[in-house]
This record gives sequence, C-alpha cells and structure tokens, in this order.
Amino acid sequence: MLRKIRIILASVFFIGVTLLFLDFTGTIHAWLGWMAKVQFLPALLALNFGVVAILVVLTLLFGRVYCSVICPLGVMQDIISWIHGKTKKKNRFRFSYSPAKNWLRYSVLALFVIALVAGLHSLVALVAPYSAYGRIASNLLAPLYQWGNNFFAWIAERSESYAFYSTQVWIKSIATFAVAVVTFVVVAVLAWKNGRTWCNTICPVGSVLGLISKFSIFAPVIDTEKCRNCGLCGKQCKSACIDMKEHQIDYSRCVACMDCIETCKDGAIHYTRRKCLSECAKNDKPADSGRRAFVVSAAIATTAVAAKAQEMKVDGGLAEISGAQKPERQTRLVPAGSVSIRNFEQHCTACQLCVSVCPNQVLRPSTSLMNLMQPEMSYERGYCRPECTKCSDVCPAGAIRPVTVEEKSSIQIGHAVVCLDNCVVNVDEVSCGNCARHCPAGAIRMVRKDPDDPKSLRIPVVNEERCIGCGACENLCPARPFTAIHVEGHEVHKTI
Amino acid sequence: MRKNNIDRREFLKTAGTAAMAVGGLGIVAGCKNSGAAASGSAVQSGVAGEMTYRTKQANGDKVSILGYGCMRWPMIKDENGREVVDQENVDRLIDYAIEHGVNYFDTAPVYLQGQSEAATGRSLKRYPRESYYIATKLSNFSNSSRENSIEMYRKSLENLQTEYLDYYLLHALGDGNGFRQRFVDNGMMDFLLEERKAGRIRNLGFSFHGTPQGFDEMMEYHDKYKWDFVQIQLNYVDWRHASGNNADAEYLQQELDKRNIPSVIMEPLLGGRLSKVPQYVADRLKERAPQSSVASWAFRFAGTHPGVLCVLSGMTYMEHLQDNVKTYSPLVPLTEDELAFLDETAEIMQKYPTIPCNDCKYCMPCPYGIDIPAILLHYNKCVNAGEVAASVNDEGYKKARRAYLVSYDRAVPKLRQASRCIGCNQCMSHCPQSINIPRELQKIDRYVENLKQDKL
Repeated sequence: MLRKIRIILASVFFIGVTLLFLDFTGTIHAWLGWMAKVQFLPALLALNFGVVAILVVLTLLFGRVYCSVICPLGVMQDIISWIHGKTKKKNRFRFSYSPAKNWLRYSVLALFVIALVAGLHSLVALVAPYSAYGRIASNLLAPLYQWGNNFFAWIAERSESYAFYSTQVWIKSIATFAVAVVTFVVVAVLAWKNGRTWCNTICPVGSVLGLISKFSIFAPVIDTEKCRNCGLCGKQCKSACIDMKEHQIDYSRCVACMDCIETCKDGAIHYTRRKCLSECAKNDKPADSGRRAFVVSAAIATTAVAAKAQEMKVDGGLAEISGAQKPERQTRLVPAGSVSIRNFEQHCTACQLCVSVCPNQVLRPSTSLMNLMQPEMSYERGYCRPECTKCSDVCPAGAIRPVTVEEKSSIQIGHAVVCLDNCVVNVDEVSCGNCARHCPAGAIRMVRKDPDDPKSLRIPVVNEERCIGCGACENLCPARPFTAIHVEGHEVHKTI
Repeated sequence: MRKNNIDRREFLKTAGTAAMAVGGLGIVAGCKNSGAAASGSAVQSGVAGEMTYRTKQANGDKVSILGYGCMRWPMIKDENGREVVDQENVDRLIDYAIEHGVNYFDTAPVYLQGQSEAATGRSLKRYPRESYYIATKLSNFSNSSRENSIEMYRKSLENLQTEYLDYYLLHALGDGNGFRQRFVDNGMMDFLLEERKAGRIRNLGFSFHGTPQGFDEMMEYHDKYKWDFVQIQLNYVDWRHASGNNADAEYLQQELDKRNIPSVIMEPLLGGRLSKVPQYVADRLKERAPQSSVASWAFRFAGTHPGVLCVLSGMTYMEHLQDNVKTYSPLVPLTEDELAFLDETAEIMQKYPTIPCNDCKYCMPCPYGIDIPAILLHYNKCVNAGEVAASVNDEGYKKARRAYLVSYDRAVPKLRQASRCIGCNQCMSHCPQSINIPRELQKIDRYVENLKQDKL
C-alpha cells in the first residue's frame, strides 16, 4: 500500500516535472510550475526558506521520501532499475548490502559546498540532481517530444487544423548536450547495475538529506522476532542499505521506497516510529563513479552559401539566405529579472528549464567554462519579445525573478551597438531602417548619412538611455554574416 | 539513381492518372446517374462539345479561345533541392490541352526563373510545328541594350526549338517612355519589323500594364508599327474596378475594338483571386450556377467579348485545365443579365481588403530573401476566410489570432517573413499591379506584431 502510494506520487511528480521541460508552448507552467520550485537546491538558491524548511521537516518525519518522490533524477533511476528487474526474476534480486562510502559522499558534498560558495557554477550544475535531470530532459527527451509534435503539426497542416504548430529542434549548445549524454549514460548505467548508487555516493542533496534522515521519526524497521532471515529484503534493496546479518537499515541511505515492506513475505518489516537509532559501519571501497571527462567542443560552424550572380533578372525564385553569425559580446546577456549577472550566476542551477520554455530560441546554455550550462541570451534565431516573461515565470532558483510584461518593457539588460561598416545602407546603398522600425523602445533613430543633403540615405543611431537590449534590431538586421547592430549586455540591470 | 528516376516516373504516371480520374469525376462530371450523360470520355472529362475558336481576320489564324499560359508550370525539386520544371507533368498537361483543341501557348524568357521557354519548347516539339501557335516575349527589363535584346530574341527561338514565332510581344509596357527607351532608341523596333517582314515573327504586339494615358500613347504608335495584337489584363473586376492606377479593361478593350486590334487576355482569373473568392461571393456564384466552378464565370466573362482572340490561363493542375476546357467547349457567352450580375459581384469584392497580388512573381527574387507573394497571398487567404481581426474585442479574435499566426509560420519561413522587409523598394518597379509592396508588407508586419502582443 505504502509502496503504491509512493509510486503514484512519484509518477505524478516525474511526469509533471518532465512536462515542464517538454512543453514549449508554456501552457502547463502555470499549473505545474511549483513542481520545479519545490526542488531542494533551486529552493535553497532562491532563498526560498519556506520550501527548504518544509523539505527538512518532511525528511525528519518520513525519511528521504524527497528522493523517492520529488526528485526527478531519483525517480528516473528507479525506472531504469525497475526495467532491469523486469528482465529476469534473478535481476530483481540482484542487490546486496554494501557499507556506506561516507568518505566519498561527504567529500563530494564538501567540494560541492566549496564550489557553491566560490562561484564555480559549472561544477555545481554538474552534480546538482535537478539540474542533471533538467539537462537530460531538455537535451534528450525534448527533441523527441518536439519531433512528435512536429509530426502532428505536419498532419494538422494537411487537415487545415491549427491545433498543432511546428517548432524548431536544434542543439542549443553542443557542450551541454554532451554533458547531458554523459550524465545520462553514467546515471543510467549505475542505476541499471546497482540502483541508487548515484544518490548515495555523489548526489550532494542526497547526502544532506541523508544526514537528516538518520534521525527521521518514521522509517522501515525490521521486526527481528518475525524475520526468518530469508534475506529477500536486502537482495532487492536498491539502496543496498539493509544489513541482513545485523538486521539493521542504514537510514542515511534509505530512500523510503517501501519496496522491502512489500517484499517481506513474513510481514517482518513495518514502516513505523523508530525506537532506536542505528549507525552504519564505515567501509572504504573503491567507488564506481566514472564521471570525469566531458567534451567541450567547438562552436558550430555555420555554412554561408554565397548567392550566385544572375545574367538576367528572371521571375520567381528565392534569394539564398543565411542566418546571422553570433557576435562576440563583451558582457553576456541574461534575461530581465536577473537583476545582475552576479545575482544570476549565484542562483542559477543550470537546470535548463528557462532554455526549454523560451519560445523565441533566445536562451541557450553558455559554453564558457566558468558558467558552463548556465543560460545566456543571443539573438540569431529570435529576440526577447516584449510580450513574453516565460523564463522569469518558471525559474525555480531565483536567478530570474518574476517580472511583469510592463516591468520588462523598462528593464535595461543591455544596449545596442551599431557597426556602420556592416550596415546595408552603406554596403548596398539602399534605404533600410528595419532596426528602427522594430525597436519597441523607440531607441533607434534613422539620421541622414550626409547631414547637408535632405535626400540622403539614413543610417541608424542608438539612444543608449532608451534601449532595453531586447535584440529586435539585431535579430531583424539584414546584414550578413555579421549584423550591423548587436546588443552588449550590462553587468547590472536597471530600470529606465 | 537511374532506377529511382524510373520508379518516380512510373509513380507520377500512376498518380497523375489517378488525379485525372478523380478530377474528372469530382469536379466536372456532375451526376453519375444523370440520364443525359453520354458515354466514354465525355463523362470523364465533362466536355460537352468542341473548343471555341476565334479567327484573326488579318491572317486567318484560327486560335483556340483557351490559351495556355506557361508561367505556372508545375515545379519539383531536383537532387540539389533546386526548383525545376516537372517536365513529365508538363507533357501530360500539354497532351491533354492539345487533344482538347488548345493551340495557343504563351511563354516568356523570364518565366519560372528562366525555365519556362525551354520546358514548353521540349514538350511542344513532340507535335507538328504548324499545329499550334507559340507566343513569347522580349523581356529586356534589366538590360535593354540592342545586343542583349537581340540575344534574348535568338535565345527564345533556340529554347523553343523553332524557326519562327507566331506571336511576339514587347513584354510589359506601361507608356510611351518605357517603349521608346527599351525598343525605339536602341533600334530594336527596326530589327523586329525586319523580322516580321521576313516571317520569323508572324504577329508583333505588346503586353500592357499601366494607365489609360500610357495606353493612349501606345495606341498612337499603331499607325506607325501596326500592332497585330495587344495583350491586356481583363476580367470582371478589372473591367470597371482596376486596381491602383491601372486602366480599366473596359477602356482598353474599347480602344482596341476601335482600331480593330484583336486582344489576348491575361489575368482572366487574377492569379486565382477570382476562383479563391470570399465564401460569400462563392455562395452567390454557386447559387446562380450550382454545377459550374467559380472560375468558369471569370473565363466566360473574358471570352464573351468578341474582340478577344484568346484567353490565357496559367494552369498548374490537370483539374484546372479540365475545368477550363469544359468552360470553353464550347464557350457560352454571358447574357446581359449575367454581365450585370458579375458587375455587382465585382462591386461586392471591392469591399474585401485583399491585396491585388496575382502571384506573378515578377517581384522575385527579393535580394533580401523575402517571399513577397507568399506573404501577400497568405494575407489574402485570411481576409477571404474572415480570419483577419480588427480588434481584440472582436468576436472570435482568439481563434483568428491563432489561425493567422500558425498559418503564417507555415506559409512563410521566419527568415522570409514581412518583418525582414527593409523597405529598399527594389521590388516596386517590377509589380505589374503597381502594388506598394514594402508598404503592404509593413502593414502586415504591424498586424502580426499586434497579434503577437495582443494589442490589436
């Protein structure tokens, strides 16, 4: 019964959180956004002490149910482990007790805390469980979901329906994609072989909650009078924390999955109030963590095909077009609501939720080493549209604080810089003004190239005081390969 | 590779036959159980009699009232993703057309990115040269030097694989100025008159888009050059409600009748705008003639005027060809009553704020990659479907918003949408309908922007 409740709740959370990463339309975030906000590390970084307190009390009462129900990475491991168990009966009982590898757990935890304080954001993001799952979901699952959606959109298009519209599927950062693949492979292999190894050796959240759950009030307890020492419970414990010889359970590693209760044919295990606390023996054994190297690959080389010259102007056809190249920004761009780059870096867990929901293909994971996987903005595929506040709505970690559409319209996250050498007005000698026409802040004006000639072509100038850095100008600039106008980020955002 | 080609060819043949059968039965056949239905091919094609022909008095040319406009041949993508003419389908269309009496084929060097002449020539080569008339044009817009113009003329003969042209047009004239600049000052007219004398150009004329004054100027040259024919835009909307500064077709036809110059009709269907009419207009036409297609009204209108030699239609699909053949086999001229009815219909259509784009693609390719006709046609489609909202408070605004935004992205890739138009104005001079393209694109862009921001 308890196990069934656990499975149902875990399914609800797992599907809910996964959908947050899959739903690119942003509709379910209004309903399920809280599921991301109750994740431990994001809540801690958001200084959301209410949620942290609740999670601590929850663990103190019931043990690490967080790991079994709320944490999507934990549930993902359970699913993988369960599938292996289904292949053969033998595999279901493939576990055995192993002593806790405390030196490893606590040194990873210590390193993690140091990284967190020192601002080594990429290291933090690498092992934080919710971020790791977010990467897997947004890099590996979301494309499948989007292709599925695009298939339906393809059908809808042919049946004159507007129920589905197609979306772009692209790798937003090869480095982050590679990290996601490596994370998935490592976690999946560990789960396939040994169940919850990751959670009890590497995961810093698991270690913290383990310290608390040692003192939990409710826990599975073995009734030595009823136990006939069959050992089944230990053989199917994915946390490998039931010491059959001693009839002891290591509660710092038990994730309260209730599997043992269901397995025991003699009714010797109960989930009940604990009377005495048990300690686990320490044992040093080489850890099977194989997570080290990850690939940082070069940026995508975009191929620009030069347009062919034509002998005569013929009718029809489309001129070849190429996308703009990403400019090198001296200061990176982070969304309105970030307050400052510093605030953003301190809070962001690189979970990729904002990257998943950005409908304009603006947010993508950073490739710089210090901020690897933390999102940043760029405007080659779209710009930060005035009506959208999705990233600030979903961010669970307080890195992007909630802003309204009205507030956003006056938050300056950067300013536009014109490079007149690239401008088509100069290069092609045509009139343009597309940047000025689309500037939502009215910050770009077209002025005479030759002030003495009233009929002169006009070139863009930027009033930096009015510019909010949304990137409409950069995105819609026709100059190639580099646009003639691009946005530079600001260290600290301000309201204009 | 070769095998693939054959497979595809086979497939196209099968698909084509199927489409023909479906088209024949679905669109034109009418009732299967009808006692009056004749047997065999007549039921399938729905063709009741013989194609109507008009005779050109000056030289006795017997021209089918339906002419084939070769500007809209079906296209496919080749191995490199380039758009090329689907030659096998063109062959099938031409086979059907010739079989049903069509004998006038109108092309130009610039059509279909320069591929139309060669494709048409290849297909027609399979029939005796004297069994059809070829019309093509001197499209010397971008370079009107004598050398380039003569080169273009010779290239046309070569592409069409012929020794002579039956109808040769000075392409898209609007007034005397343009005419003098492109044809008189460079001595091209003298050259062409020589060619006419030599019989390599059997009929010399021009195609016209412009103002009444511009047309008058061109008519003044009739005394000197003796135009054998003139190609004009004529349909029941342009008859009295021509768009922009363009002359009404009624005026153009009158002027030609006065001088006994036969006219060849282009845009009888306004690039499909007179078949894809607003639902209300379609209902009105269907009510009057439930068995006839919406397009058939436009074709009967164009053919009704006795001064008309031939009505061109750029038929991409077999179904369109079949429908038009049916309309003109034989042509049943419109009655006074029906003419009045169409005049009223034209007035109703004026109330729909569509953009007068006929998808001729003269504006293309836009140097900045915009897909101009696709954007305008998509807008028109939404106007006709009643899916263009005027304000957020409109009933059905939400539905219209989603429909517009989703279908817009489907119709035009993001990088080719109106938001990318820089307003360089290079397209404007090419538009025969004198649409202010950048202004229309920016209007559509503003509409889309308002929809996106929910601020209409």
